[in-house]
Amino acid sequence: MRGALRTDNGGFSQVIAIVDYKAGNLTSVRLAFESIGASARILRDPEGIRACDKVLFPGVGAAGAAMKNLRELGLEPVLRERIAAGVPFLGICLGTQILFERSEEDGGIDCLGLLRGRVRRFVARNHAEKIPEMGWNQVKIARRHPLLSGIPDGSDFYFVHSFYPAPDESADVVGTTNYCGVEFASMVGRGNLAATQFHPEKSGRIGLRLLANFAAWDGSSEAV
Amino acid sequence: MLTRRIIPCLDVIRNRVTKGVKFQNNVDLGDPVQLAAKYYDDGCDELVVYDITASHERRRTDLDMVAAVARAVRVPFAVGGGVSSVADMEAILLAGAEKVSVNSLAVASPQIISEGARAFGSQCVVLGMDPVKTDDLRSCPSGYEITTRGFRNRTGMDAVEWARRAEDLGVGEIVVNSVDADGTRAGFELTITRLVADAVGVPVVASGGAGRPAHIRDAFNLGHADAAIVAGMLHTGEWTIGAIKAELARDGVPVRIERGS
Repeated sequence: MRGALRTDNGGFSQVIAIVDYKAGNLTSVRLAFESIGASARILRDPEGIRACDKVLFPGVGAAGAAMKNLRELGLEPVLRERIAAGVPFLGICLGTQILFERSEEDGGIDCLGLLRGRVRRFVARNHAEKIPEMGWNQVKIARRHPLLSGIPDGSDFYFVHSFYPAPDESADVVGTTNYCGVEFASMVGRGNLAATQFHPEKSGRIGLRLLANFAAWDGSSEAV
Repeated sequence: MLTRRIIPCLDVIRNRVTKGVKFQNNVDLGDPVQLAAKYYDDGCDELVVYDITASHERRRTDLDMVAAVARAVRVPFAVGGGVSSVADMEAILLAGAEKVSVNSLAVASPQIISEGARAFGSQCVVLGMDPVKTDDLRSCPSGYEITTRGFRNRTGMDAVEWARRAEDLGVGEIVVNSVDADGTRAGFELTITRLVADAVGVPVVASGGAGRPAHIRDAFNLGHADAAIVAGMLHTGEWTIGAIKAELARDGVPVRIERGS
């Protein structure tokens, strides 16, 4: 059974694979899970990822390089397979962006296409709008989701990004955030797949709450 | 709306936080990890940790300290001091920091910015700059000259031109630390902060001179900064992050106020 079993030490019995595809630093993701008593391993081999109960798909940097690394490491099939198998899956930042069909980055990059839509670049309208968006911004909840359990509408999360997801399906939008005059999808979800543009691992206590919700999530999309 | 960030700065000498005025008369303020945890609990948006004597002592950054800070806080933090190569940057990031700040090194070898940005992404590379007012408008048309090595060395480089060049090289953020205002707690140097903030498209952090919340408000509203570094006013215990943010919110500055989770 895939239900989250809390262990006596307050931790979580399941193991989360943090996918290492050479797309940035994974230390803070690992430390965040460690701090809430969740068991997470940084993994690069498909077999190791397959043996875990959940998948965390992080990433910072450029979409082109990330897609190239993902393919060179042979990790694309295992990601598709785990998502299809109903395993709880959480994308973060660049990991979220490359779940979509295509990104405007690097002159246009074909991505994984696990969610329908594109990734667009912010356009500053004036000097006060800096790119990247760097800092804390509010997430307006579009629909309740198990990962947002206990998280108030309008909570601040930490963002660092120049591109943003633009899903085709409004049903995939879980939360939105406003920057450069765009109300963009800062959190998306479809079944057992959830993804944030912000960094929960760097978003203080509220971010830890989201990660703890993920550690406890069985992959069902019904709100709790 | 993107909130303005309040960033406590820890100047560390041999694993102790210190505070001086213009790099003089340093006072011991305690353990960096404990202070970082305290400011995190109090709601800081980010942290900066400078290993300020590493370069001078010709040693690498204290990575044990970086790792301990990374375990203690769940907000982003930048580390500066003791960086002399991309390998040094990587070691700091792997220890758990989000950003690496380069200053004198970037003046001597600007390619460290582009190499770092290529290797880790622009968001990981922060340029710290220490501008000082100058009358030499021929070499420094903005009226501000870049200094290095803890203000000891003048470079003849114009501060605004340097900021633009760093942006072209791929820097993700620029910290403008005024030599004239540093440690005075009499307010930020708003002119150079605004000149840099208006000249570049990346976020700019005001640094040096914060003594009261009104100074921070001015750094945002008049200096056009996206974030502000605070040190002395917190370290003395006179102000807390919470109290600073409450004052700023009252003045209409968008700040992150933590709510129950």
